[in-house]
Amino acid sequence: MTNDGSTTLEGTPNPEAPNPQLPIVQKLRIRYAKRGRMRFTSHRDFGRAFERAIRRSGLPIGFSSGYTPHPKISYAGASPTGAASEAEFLEIGLTRALDPVEVQQALNDALPEGLDVIDVVVSPGGPLADLLQASNWRIQLPDVQVEDAKSAVSKFLDLEEVIVERMMKRGLRSINTRAAVIRLAVEEETDEDGYAILDLVVRHDTPSVRPDDVITGLRNLCGLPIEKAPLATRSNQGPLDEQTGSVGDPLASDRDAP
Amino acid sequence: MPVDSLYPRLEPLLSGVSKPIQYIGGELNSSVKDWDSADVRWALMYPDAYEVGLPNQGVQILYEVLNERDGFLAERTYAVMADMEAVMREHGIAQFTVDGHRPVRSFDLFGLSFSTELGYTNMLTALDLAGIALHAKDRTEDDPIVVAGGHSAFNPEPIADFVDAAVAGDGEEVVLAISEVVREWKAEGKPGGRDEVLARLAASGGVYVPKFYDVTYLANGQIEAITPNRPGVPETVAKHTLMDLDKWPYPKKPLVPLAETVHERFSVEIFRGCTRGCRFCQAGMITRPVRERSIDTIGMMVDNGLRASGFSEVGLLSLSSADHSEIGEVAKQLGDRYEGTNTSLSLPSTRVDAFNITLANEFSRNGRRSGLTFAPEGGSDRMRKVINKMVSEDDLIRTVATAFSHGWRQVKLYFMCGLPTETDEDVLQIGELAKRVIDTGREVSGQRDIRCTVSIGGFVPKAHTPFQWAAQLDHETTDSRLRKLRESVQADKRYGRAIGFRYHDGKPGIVEGLLSRGDRRVGSVIEAVWRDGGRFDGWSEHFSYDRWATKAAEVLEPMGVDLDWFTTRERFEDEVLPWDHLDSGLDREWLWQDWQEAIDPDGAIEVEDCRWTPCFDCGVCPQMDLDIQIGPTGRELIPLSVV
Repeated sequence: MTNDGSTTLEGTPNPEAPNPQLPIVQKLRIRYAKRGRMRFTSHRDFGRAFERAIRRSGLPIGFSSGYTPHPKISYAGASPTGAASEAEFLEIGLTRALDPVEVQQALNDALPEGLDVIDVVVSPGGPLADLLQASNWRIQLPDVQVEDAKSAVSKFLDLEEVIVERMMKRGLRSINTRAAVIRLAVEEETDEDGYAILDLVVRHDTPSVRPDDVITGLRNLCGLPIEKAPLATRSNQGPLDEQTGSVGDPLASDRDAP
Repeated sequence: MPVDSLYPRLEPLLSGVSKPIQYIGGELNSSVKDWDSADVRWALMYPDAYEVGLPNQGVQILYEVLNERDGFLAERTYAVMADMEAVMREHGIAQFTVDGHRPVRSFDLFGLSFSTELGYTNMLTALDLAGIALHAKDRTEDDPIVVAGGHSAFNPEPIADFVDAAVAGDGEEVVLAISEVVREWKAEGKPGGRDEVLARLAASGGVYVPKFYDVTYLANGQIEAITPNRPGVPETVAKHTLMDLDKWPYPKKPLVPLAETVHERFSVEIFRGCTRGCRFCQAGMITRPVRERSIDTIGMMVDNGLRASGFSEVGLLSLSSADHSEIGEVAKQLGDRYEGTNTSLSLPSTRVDAFNITLANEFSRNGRRSGLTFAPEGGSDRMRKVINKMVSEDDLIRTVATAFSHGWRQVKLYFMCGLPTETDEDVLQIGELAKRVIDTGREVSGQRDIRCTVSIGGFVPKAHTPFQWAAQLDHETTDSRLRKLRESVQADKRYGRAIGFRYHDGKPGIVEGLLSRGDRRVGSVIEAVWRDGGRFDGWSEHFSYDRWATKAAEVLEPMGVDLDWFTTRERFEDEVLPWDHLDSGLDREWLWQDWQEAIDPDGAIEVEDCRWTPCFDCGVCPQMDLDIQIGPTGRELIPLSVV
């Protein structure tokens, strides 16, 4: 399985290579959700589940040639394990053109409940990842009062830098979470127990700033009284409108195309 | 009354543990039946981490067999990792099933499948987290009946204190039989309590209830006798043998996990049993007689399993898969069926002959020919005669020559160290064999990039084998032999990195030996080790030999025995062995004779395979009124249009 985002759907199969494969005739962009307990799937877990669902669905997925053929699936970005999402994206290459609606149905019949395909459009070509410039997160803060959340958020926004540390592959790294935050506010609506919910827009920088990092910054440097694990849901991901700070739909142009 | 799911309490804590995916369930083809619709409810456990336990065929089969029946329900549970154990203890969350997240204690039966004795400490963790008394004698009406199965259940004595019952052999039918007994007892209003239901199970002759047997010991530490202590309890308890595997094509709907696990494929058992007669091999002895699945059932199971799972790899499992009477046709026809579908087939065969290469070629039609595995097990011809692995060095060299001439570039060889009568010389011979393999490969292929990986496991004598009487080799000598072998190969610069070694030190094998051939006195050692923090003994990063050695000394010495007594001591012919009252069908006299023939000072005498030559009277068929079931059927796979 290749799911590091480096797989491309481009190129014609090399007939000289071992296991020559059929050419890709249609590329589809897919938006999917991770809901309920499926939020605990890691990116690799999702990749395996998706490949198996593709096989069960019988969709005419293309494969790479070579000794170990890989299905033509290209993952755009990854959501952190433990975070729910309504806006994850990938592309697949098919060897036969199909109606996107039919593909969505077939995938949903084959995927486990909670991993749900919510949109399928024909790709206009070009890199999907370039459109995924920012994410909108909704973060439930169990046991945190709205007033406490508001005060921490206003401190956060007043600061020039909010540096947190995170363990990464090459060791502990410092990240300025403030720089990536486009919007941070406490929602008017509370969770069912009356506790605070954050509305967060982060730009996709390198290293990427995760909702957890923002929460760490709020707790360590802005006095957010949080003990329990927050529940983050990515509600949207796409092109960033710098003027309004809003996140658009990366598939909008494809869907509206004639 | 419904039992509430623990999931709402668990979920907020999952962010704080590693790989939370292993605790959430939701696998494709898993099921959560309505609690109140079932009369009899099983919690099934594979006592290791989820990633190891989930693919286990035994648990998957029983889970499906039970859940298919109205009135029965089964859910699964696995050993939780240390971080999760701490979280559960802190928050008072009981051992739960991953299906319904129901507490294990609320089930009627708690069945554990032991493929290895090294899962015993994990059983204690699960019992303790479940809130079930560790000792069977302390359990109440509110506790499930704890039943052990799997290969280790052929000597359940070391866990006799902790289990209410043990079952040896194939589980498909007996799990239903046990369920019926429990259903009836519950329907009658549980007359006589736990004792009564256990007595009914024991009276069936196929369920061993340790507490209905008394063990007495001689002054020299040996067992004097194991005798039933109440009427209606049989002297010996028989193993279960499923006949006609075609009627039981499980798993039909394999569980497909979200988490990554140790086997990412759909496996079909193509036969049970083995008649090769390798004297060290417990699996080969206790699963007799051979019973094959027919080619058409195999073809149907592969098709259904792939469709139901989406796996891209199929494994054809058995103890010696190349021995299936129609394996050539199975390989060819499955190869034809899945050609061009990016589905790979694998055969865990370790048979050392040219036919194996034909099969391997068939299974690698569209793929790379990288590595082949053979299991000569013994380094010298003499050693292989002792263990009855009938393959000569010249056979092996001829086989690898064929492999290399077909484009294979890497050979993996499995061996054991510490076999009866073994000397340093026998082990050094492993290196010589590996060198000859490299020489042959270089000559035949005309290339230098030939590799041979030598994997060596320490031999652990097991119950119900001809070597059950053997002295296990002490770990110091094991380590010294392996060191000498490594040095002798490394000293020869012509081979350099062409020969790789994989082995473990001898210490874990000694603990496995204690647990494999131990008696009831070993139970206190297991408990002491567990109380001292022993967990996941099959994992080298968690295993502590020192802990086991210390606790064994503390517990056993007052009883006049010790770790060596259980492991490196050769047993006597007339000695009562702790598992003598568990009937594997093998004739004890035949086993003893086979043991004597193995260690014959004039050279070992070999035993033929009863698949192809007349019966050698191991006793299984007559004693259990069975016969081997083999083909060929001459049938063909129906061509299928595959996706």
